[in-house]
Order: sequence, then C-alpha cells, then structure tokens
Amino acid sequence: MPLVKNGKPVADPFVAVADDAPLPDAPALVSADRLLKEGAALFAHAYPVGVIWPNSKDVLQLEPFLARLAVVALVFPKFRDGRAYTQARLLRERLRYTGELRATGNVLRDQFLLMVRCGFDALDVAKDADAAAVEKELHTYSVFYQPTGDGRPVPLRARLAARNV
Amino acid sequence: MYVYDEFDRTFLQERVDEFRDQVRRRLSGELNEEEFKPLRLMNGVYLQLHAYMLRIAIPYGTLSSDQLRALAHVARRYDRGYGHFTTRQNIQFNWIKLEELPDAMADLARAGMHGLQTSGNCIRNTTTDQWAAATPEEIEDPRLYAEIIRQWSTLHPEFTYLPRKFKIAITAAKHDRAAIRVHDIGLRLHRRDGETGFEVIVGGGLGRTPFIGKTIREFLPRHDLLSYLEAVLRTYNANGRRDNIYKARIKIQVHEIGTEEFTRRVEEEWAQIKDGALALDDAAIDAIRAHFKEPDFATLVDDPPELEAAKADPAFARWHANAVAPHRKPGHAIVTLSLKPVGGPPGDATAEQMDAVADLADQYAYGEIRVAHEQNLTLPHVAQKDLPALWRALDVQGLATPNIGLISDIIACPGLDYCSLANARSIPLAQDLTKRFADNDRIADIGRVHLNISGCINACGHHHVGHIGILGVEKQDQEFYQITLGGKANHKARLGELLGPAVPESDVVDVVERILDAYVELRTDPKETFIAAVQRLGIEPFKERAYAAR
Amino acid sequence: MTSPLQQKLKITGPTVITANRLTDGVVVWLKADGGWSAGLADAAVVNTSDDALKLLGVANADENRAVGAYPARVEIAADGTPRPVNLRERIRVGGPTIALPGAA
Repeated sequence: MPLVKNGKPVADPFVAVADDAPLPDAPALVSADRLLKEGAALFAHAYPVGVIWPNSKDVLQLEPFLARLAVVALVFPKFRDGRAYTQARLLRERLRYTGELRATGNVLRDQFLLMVRCGFDALDVAKDADAAAVEKELHTYSVFYQPTGDGRPVPLRARLAARNV
Repeated sequence: MYVYDEFDRTFLQERVDEFRDQVRRRLSGELNEEEFKPLRLMNGVYLQLHAYMLRIAIPYGTLSSDQLRALAHVARRYDRGYGHFTTRQNIQFNWIKLEELPDAMADLARAGMHGLQTSGNCIRNTTTDQWAAATPEEIEDPRLYAEIIRQWSTLHPEFTYLPRKFKIAITAAKHDRAAIRVHDIGLRLHRRDGETGFEVIVGGGLGRTPFIGKTIREFLPRHDLLSYLEAVLRTYNANGRRDNIYKARIKIQVHEIGTEEFTRRVEEEWAQIKDGALALDDAAIDAIRAHFKEPDFATLVDDPPELEAAKADPAFARWHANAVAPHRKPGHAIVTLSLKPVGGPPGDATAEQMDAVADLADQYAYGEIRVAHEQNLTLPHVAQKDLPALWRALDVQGLATPNIGLISDIIACPGLDYCSLANARSIPLAQDLTKRFADNDRIADIGRVHLNISGCINACGHHHVGHIGILGVEKQDQEFYQITLGGKANHKARLGELLGPAVPESDVVDVVERILDAYVELRTDPKETFIAAVQRLGIEPFKERAYAAR
Repeated sequence: MTSPLQQKLKITGPTVITANRLTDGVVVWLKADGGWSAGLADAAVVNTSDDALKLLGVANADENRAVGAYPARVEIAADGTPRPVNLRERIRVGGPTIALPGAA
C-alpha cells in the first residue's frame, strides 16, 4: 500500500514487527501492547521506532512515549469507523505530538481531507489508484467552517476580521 | 433570513463539484456501492423502493421565497412535480435519478440549498422552532445558535463518521415546538441572572429504543456552546458503541454508562477545550445576527377593521381561530398553512403549491416561509389586515384546511409506499383518517389531538410522542398497527403507552374513532383536552372502548 | 463483496432476484442471461436454494449495473408469468398504492 506523506508519495522505511520477533535492523512499527509492555527499552534500538495504536485504546496512554516515537499509526478498520479522527486531534492538539501521524487501514481518497484536517500527515493509502489523487483531494475545499487546531481561519472569525479591515 | 455570503457560496459549489466527481466514479465503477453509500447519504441521497430519494435541508426551517421556487423547480425538472416535507425540517423528492443528481444539486446550490448531512452518521440539520423570531414568547432568536451550530458541524472532520446519526434541536420559547427532548442533543435557551445560556439535554430519541433526553447541564453560558457540543460529540465518537447498529446512538451510551458518568466525561473533556478556538464572544454572535435580516416591519395595530369585518364569514373565522397565532409585532400574525388536506398525503406539496406559497410570501409575508416539524408550512410575518386576502388565496391552493393541531393534522412518514425500511403503509391510513374526520365542527369539538403514524419501528413518524401513536407492523404479510396513547413531544415530553394488541389495517380508523368518542364522553368539560383526559384517566377506559367491538 | 445471504439461503418456492438499477434506481429483475429487466415477466425464476444462490452471486457481481440485490418469492400465474406475493414486492412492481400528488 503506497504511503503518501505531506501530499507526496514516499518510500515507507518502517517495517511492522510481530510481538514476539526481535526488532529488525530497520525502522520498526510495534504494537500498542508491545510498547506498553517493553516501554522505554524499545527506544534503545538503533533505528527509529513507531507504534500501531488501535482505535479502541485511549491515546492519552501514549503520552510518556511521544517524544521518542517516530511514528504513531492510527487505524481505520473500516473507513466508516471514525474513532481515529478523535485520537488524531487529541494527539496533535492536547498532547502536542509533532512526529509522523499516520492513517492506516481502510484509508480511501474521499476521507483524505478529513484525516489531514484532524492532524494526519501520512496516509497509508489502501488503493494504489487513490495515491495519485491525494493532491486533488486535499484541494477539494478552499474554505472550512470549524477550527481543528490546524491554524486555518474559520468564518466565524474571518468574517469578523473582514469587517474590521 | 440568514443571507449566505461568498464563503458559504464557495463552500456549496465545492461540495457540488465533489459530489459530481463521486457520482462519476460510482457510475464508472471506481467506487463500489459499499464505499459510495455513505458518501451519497451524506448528501441526502437514499435508495428507496422505486428510485433514489433526495433529502434537502431547510436549515432551522427557514426558506426564502426564491428558495421555495428553487424547490418547485427541482420537483418539476428532476422529479414528478411534488415534494414531501419531513418531521426534521427537510424536504424529500422521491423520484430522482442518480445520473441527474449532480445537476439538481447545482441548481439548489445556486439558491443556497443542499442535501448536506441530511443523512449519514454525522451531525444532521439542526432544527428549531418554526415560529422563531416571530413568536412573542421567546427570549432570543434560536436560529442564531442553529446557524452557529450549522457552521461548526458542516463537514466537521472529526465527526463525519460517528457511530450513528446525530440530531440537534434548539428552542428559545417556553412552549417547545422543536421536540428537543427527543433529540440526541436538545438545547433550551433560557436566562439566568441576566445572562443567556442553554439547558443541555442529551440522549433523547425515538426509534426502536425510545428515550426522553436527560439534562446534563442546567445552564451553559452561550459563549461556551460550541466547545460544549464538541466535548459531547467527542465523548460519543470515542466511546459510543459501534458493534451493533441498534445500540449505536448516544442515547444508548448515556443509558449504559449512566447520566452521571456521561456528564462527568463530558465536563472533563470540556474543561480542556472550553477556552480554546471554539469559545464564542459577543462579536462573533453579533456577526451571525447581522446575517439574519430582520424584515422591515410596517407600523401597524392589532385587530384592524379589515380583519374584524372578515370574521363575519364563519369559514374565515374558523380558519383564523385555528391557523393564526400571535406575533411579537403589533398588527402582525403567524400563519400556519395546512399540508394535511382531507384525503391527501401528509406533508406533501406540489410544485404549483410551492410556487403559489412563494408568491404569497412575497406579497404578504416579507418573502419568508418556515417549515414545521409537524409537516406544515408557516408564514411567520403576516400583517393582520392581509389575513382575509391571504386566506382566500390559500384556500384556492388547498392550503387552508382549518385543522392545525387537530386530529386530522397527522404526522406520517412515507411508509411502505416509498420507503425501503417500512413494514407497513402510513399514507393510506392517514388519508382514511382524514376522510373519517373531515367534519370541521366535529374535529374542532374534539380539539387538540396529535396523531402520529410510523410505518416501522424507526419511528420517522414520531409515533411514540403522538397523543395517539400508530406504528405499522407486519404479521404474515398483513399490515397491522399498534396504537399508543399519551405521548407528548413538547417541554413535558413523554412516551405513549401501548393500548393493546395490534389491529388490522381495516380496523384502525374505527378504533381511533372509538377512542375519540370515549374521550368526548369522558372529558370533564370541552376544555379538558384529549391528552389531559388520558393523563387523568389512564389508558384503561380507552382500551375498553377501543377493543369493545372485537 | 460477499453478502451474508450468500452463506445461507433457504427458499420455499419460486423465487426471483431483484435489485434497483444503479443509474436511476428503477426496480429491476435478473434475467436468465445475466442481464436485468424492468419487467418482472422477464425475470429468471428458480426453485431451489442452490439455483437461487447461484443467481444471487451473478447479481452481486454486477453491482455496477444494479444494487442491493436480494431474492424475492413469487407465485406463478395461470399464464406462467411470475407475480409478487407480498405487499412490499407488489408495491415495487406496481408503484405506490396512492394517487401521486398533482396527478390528475
């Protein structure tokens, strides 16, 4: 599945690692259980480490690890299951996570823009054909109604600003 | 009237373009049905028994005359010349082609209209009192806040794939005409110590597991409206059930974890975000207020001679007593247009009627029309001196049936004649009932009765909160109807009580008539309404009579 | 996409497969040649669960032409043509049971 980061296709250096396998000589993605069990020891690894965090777990548990996690991958088991949108906003806006925030699972083009607005910067795109459409999808809208921590002006404020010019 | 600005128009055009591309990809097979369905639903497009159905939002129930004409145009150009007004201030067209939907939406967008979030598991069209800004009994125009909520909830990236649909209603009047206690969130605007704020009610809803909403906050300062809503929605999105569609509404979450725990979680989340980007201030609210153009009301006096003279005609006097309500401005009135003619499908209007109402609104009502959750139309601002002329024009259009709030003012879903979820038909039953209760003297004597019909347990016809509720069920391929008594949708909302075994279609009208005959006999005096009598007597005496002949 | 119906399907008499046409939602029935018709008379009628499953498989594989396919019981009239047996299917064949507004 192609990875698109900040709107551009990129190679994915990360390897997902089984819970009982040793970490490879490469950037690794571990499960939430493994991260919580092995904790800080994982970060002694010579390569960057990230986590695949299910949408049923409270992201506030990630707080102690965020400074050292290279990737947090949040899961969309089905595109209709929107829990990871809330998780993403909490990571970005509440916990001030600044590393790679990856959407993985049933990641489809018609949801790309929603994901990016919630703070995802990397999309593990489910269909090859959709990867080419990322730029287009992200420009579907030029105006947004509500603030989501991305710093964009929204009409409640923008209209005021316009009136006060 | 809220007037869309460049921002809103740009957004709507981009939405039409996006949907056009999604339809193209579906027709070409790039998108499969499973992927497409949620996308079309979020644009108000259902697939029903015979065709696609398009549901168009009428935000907070307010339409301009030009918007109503745009709806008439869509009815003619893309449908079969009529539309159906729903219980949530929407209108539905029943015969739309998927191929033509993008063009229909482009036409609507030109009039500032859309089907956005009228379906799907997202925040739906926020509804309110059809008498907003016209009734003397409200403390502030609730549409300001409905509009603020519309902006916040439109394509909210965090809350577009919720566990289930999410409906918000708001009222600012003492008498609740927006059924706020049977919504996922109900907001009641009120004043405390000189400050305006909201009672926040969560977890109401009808459907298969009906609940009356619980108050989780008595007073929320109005500046905190959006941050508090965001906290409620976030609590729901993160932890609402997704394992079972029938348990996925917020009412089940509130019920399962308890109101106290739910409230605690919301308050905890809210504490983190209340002073953030969503905090409102007076300037932001005033900026919205500036978009609602107040009509340039004429200076008039109440009870002008033209009106008093017209009352000599008993037909006019009857209609005036039934369909006209007091207005906050002297010399003005609120007029309800009945979409419940004898023998007609409740809530339906033809394109010709829509155009006629638009013209009448321009002539007599400052170009403004409202849609009521009871599936009627309202002209909110009419000069009292114009009422006789308006009445004559409405009568020609079949819109002056003097049955507002009476037994034949039936709320009904489309039922099995159109709907793919229904188990039984609703419309023919409503038609038969209106024919039985066609005598204006008789229905006036029976007085206020709300009869609501749903064709299945999903309860789009709000049967649980009808004074008389009728629910269609199917038994061995025959249509049967369960009857409940004592439901109410207003500020004292309660669910109706099941009268007894379901009755076959052929008996329903007789049973309803026997219930009403019993009421007329049992009431203490004509001032005791049907619902008051049911509450005083319980359902037993009605049950005896209802089933007596069987 | 596998419909849950495909795993288990019990039919108790003559059965057709029906759906709605993708482009305009019109009610259609699956024909024996795998095409769709807007007339029930053209529908392929099957009498066993196996045949119904097979036909449903054909229908579900064709969701770019017709969506929401499902099996519907029919009865065979004296002239040999299938007729709907329940109210829902009668309405799908004949349209709403009410006069449409505006229709003279």
